[in-house]
Amino acid sequence: MSDHAADMTSDHEVDIDKHVRIYITVFVALMVLTIITVAIARFHLPVPIAVTVALLVATVKGSLVACYFMHLISEKKLIYAVLAVTGAFFIALIALPLFTHSDGFWIH
Amino acid sequence: MDIPYTVAVRRDTGLTNGKIGIWLFLASEVMLFGALFASYILMRVGATSWPRGDMFLDVPLATLNTIVLIASSVTMVMAWASLMRRRFGTFRIYMGATILFGLVFLVVKYFEYSHHIHLGELPSTNNFLAIYFTLTGLHGLHVIGGMVVNAYFWGPGAKLWKTNPTWFTNRVEHSGLFWHFVDLVWIFLFPTLYLL
Amino acid sequence: MTDKVVVAPKPHAEHAIHHEELGFWRKYVFSTDHKVIGIQYAVTGLLFLLFGFCLMMLMRWQLAYPGAPLPLIGSLFGEARMPGGTMLPEFYNELGAMHGTIMVFLGVVPLAVGGFGNFVLPLQIGAPDMAFPKINMVSYWCLFLGGITMLGSFFVPGGAAQSGWTSYTPLAVIAGTGQTWWLIGMIFLITSSLLGAVNFITTTIQLRAKGLTFMRFPFFCWAQFVTAFLLLLAFPPLEAAGVMQLMDRIAGTSFFLPSGLVVSGQALTNAGGGNPLLWQHLFWFLAHPEVYVLILPGMGIVAEIIANNTRKPLWGYRSMVYSLVFLGFMSFIVWAHHMFMTGMGTAMAAFFQTTTMIISIPSVVILTALIISLWGGSIRYNTPMLFAVAFLPMFGIGGLTGLPLGLNISDIPLHDTYYVIAHFHYVVAPGTIFALMAGIYYWYPKATGRKMNETLGKIHFVGSFICMNVIFMPMFIIGMAGVSRRLFDAGTAYAFAQPTMHWNAVSSWGAWTLAVFQIPFIFNFFWSLWKGETVGENPWQATTIEWSAPSPPPHGNFVGAPEAYRGPYEYSVPGAARDFVPQYEA
Repeated sequence: MSDHAADMTSDHEVDIDKHVRIYITVFVALMVLTIITVAIARFHLPVPIAVTVALLVATVKGSLVACYFMHLISEKKLIYAVLAVTGAFFIALIALPLFTHSDGFWIH
Repeated sequence: MDIPYTVAVRRDTGLTNGKIGIWLFLASEVMLFGALFASYILMRVGATSWPRGDMFLDVPLATLNTIVLIASSVTMVMAWASLMRRRFGTFRIYMGATILFGLVFLVVKYFEYSHHIHLGELPSTNNFLAIYFTLTGLHGLHVIGGMVVNAYFWGPGAKLWKTNPTWFTNRVEHSGLFWHFVDLVWIFLFPTLYLL
Repeated sequence: MTDKVVVAPKPHAEHAIHHEELGFWRKYVFSTDHKVIGIQYAVTGLLFLLFGFCLMMLMRWQLAYPGAPLPLIGSLFGEARMPGGTMLPEFYNELGAMHGTIMVFLGVVPLAVGGFGNFVLPLQIGAPDMAFPKINMVSYWCLFLGGITMLGSFFVPGGAAQSGWTSYTPLAVIAGTGQTWWLIGMIFLITSSLLGAVNFITTTIQLRAKGLTFMRFPFFCWAQFVTAFLLLLAFPPLEAAGVMQLMDRIAGTSFFLPSGLVVSGQALTNAGGGNPLLWQHLFWFLAHPEVYVLILPGMGIVAEIIANNTRKPLWGYRSMVYSLVFLGFMSFIVWAHHMFMTGMGTAMAAFFQTTTMIISIPSVVILTALIISLWGGSIRYNTPMLFAVAFLPMFGIGGLTGLPLGLNISDIPLHDTYYVIAHFHYVVAPGTIFALMAGIYYWYPKATGRKMNETLGKIHFVGSFICMNVIFMPMFIIGMAGVSRRLFDAGTAYAFAQPTMHWNAVSSWGAWTLAVFQIPFIFNFFWSLWKGETVGENPWQATTIEWSAPSPPPHGNFVGAPEAYRGPYEYSVPGAARDFVPQYEA
């Protein structure tokens, strides 16, 4: 996955072959998970459980895309650091207003 | 004057400028869609009642769209892998497929939207539809943007392959990262809006 | 001025081929050179600062003499805004909303980040340019378009935005067309900042010179680096919110409109079910980090100038850096201290006031370190140093007066009063703007090859310092008396406001006098381009890498790639030949 200039040796080709096999596997997994999440939805589970299951499946799917298609699983520390900080603020953006809602007034 | 680390990586970070740049941009996009997701959650939690997705939305059609977008993500990464294997012709095929899948996605969305409008289901009708149109609309704009960039690399931009193949491969990779992100957003959008 | 033909030989062979002469438009207008772009940003920022200042001076007439016709120029504003030269409330609100918007987004940020960041940062890290020069150019033109949109909004029916720079809903949703233009303008400005942030972060990490580790960075670089992260991650939620408010206004959605709204006796026909608080959360999620965007570059500038003019290293560099990073992080989780009065419960109020108190600590650390840096220094009182030193107590006042606002209970009588206005103006006006003035006097020689006139500079400084305090100190008094902000009549209608009404005229005369004292600065700025004392590379005997480049630097900045051999503030090193050892000298 490195971006080294003029580094297209045959070792790299083998490397890519392994990655291509992973891409196909991930694609199949994503298809299966998509069918699962749609199938579960048909059961019309109570909202809290439905939300949890749906988000869980979506997180697995998203992680597969991120880790393998976006090569996050073998990325550099700097990128991880940026994403970790972003993730923290993303959670704050969702959680803090939500707590404000449950802890006081809300306007309808 | 040459800017260093456009093609070769900087030793201590192990990264090119473009790779950092695209990830930073994606971080900002996480916050953009995050704000809309946060709004969705707050609106839903604060609402007296909230419709289940299938009340207004076409789940089978959207499932198809989900499959289409995921497939396009595979063809996108295969396009990049083809360049890594120095197979330019195969790159063209996979990139073309990616653009085509994107087009299918947009066409399906067009049918979805026009059906809603035909039924009088507008953003102004209720907050569910409002956030639905806004989230999928913004996502759709990102699909279009990604397609434009991909089309550039499929077409006029491809001449860079002849003069600087590594740089071209990297740029396709960065474009791919954006495309995968668009797919990632949909992976969360789809169950949130359609299935819950 | 920056694209002179490079005379010195470059070490790499490939550079010999590169030098095609660019035409006028590519060299000076659509340039990708960070120095040209930096100057474009700076000049644009200064022009908008002046314009925003003029808007405020108009407001100050109404505040000093409510209802009185404005002499001489009153008739220029037409019957729709100032019938008979008397200001209408709608016009007052227009001026207020646009003064805030323009000063923050079109004045300070473009100058502090776009101007100083673009011009100085690559030079200070020893880079030939930014990592993405074309994106840099695009980011400037996005700002330009945003500026044109905001200016254009004054001419639409109903005038420009009138719902405060905060554009609170539902008022902003039902407001006239100008508000739509405001939202579109903001989208351009946010895009400009996002593109800039990506550029700054990538450049700082990747293009720093050999030997320039992060802990050898000048504090200015750290400040711009953290600022860029704030812009990158905090702006997008406002962009989303802006889109949603546009949808409310244009597509009839009710994201921010609750049910049952009645306007002028008529019930609104929208679906309802929305929440104005949602707008406030999304707005302040940006707007709080935004205030740190406003101050951090200023702190960076002041740090550089203090080290240089005390001939001493900065005291507590490490603590300052850690504080800066901690501050940046905390700035994302304090925002609802702007919303204490919205009915949130005690748990969340406690959370936000706690994080707000915690965030004051790194601010104090940085300020204290800068003050201690003066101790034992061989202080040179040139104009940049005067502005930089004045920054310290002014920012101190601004920061300290923020504390009662950040505590839930004491905020109750102070929220939305003139106390708040005094607090934030102290931080931004004699705070940041003084730092920016210091920066202009300091780096003008690098950008132009000439120094600005010291006498005019000192007049500019003394007059500005006195006037700033005359304007804003009384506002604490007015605010503590309970007078609300954004009152068109300055409180005439309220009995409790009468004892402090006279202070309004004091502030107004301070403001008009402040304008007069900017004249020496404006004159100096242009006069010095032709008549200023010419200088070489390092007129201030400074240690950071930008002072090794020619003044002004050519395209590509340096002759050969610079290298950093030591820390950024090696002043008065025992045993050294001179009282400074530059970072870039072997």
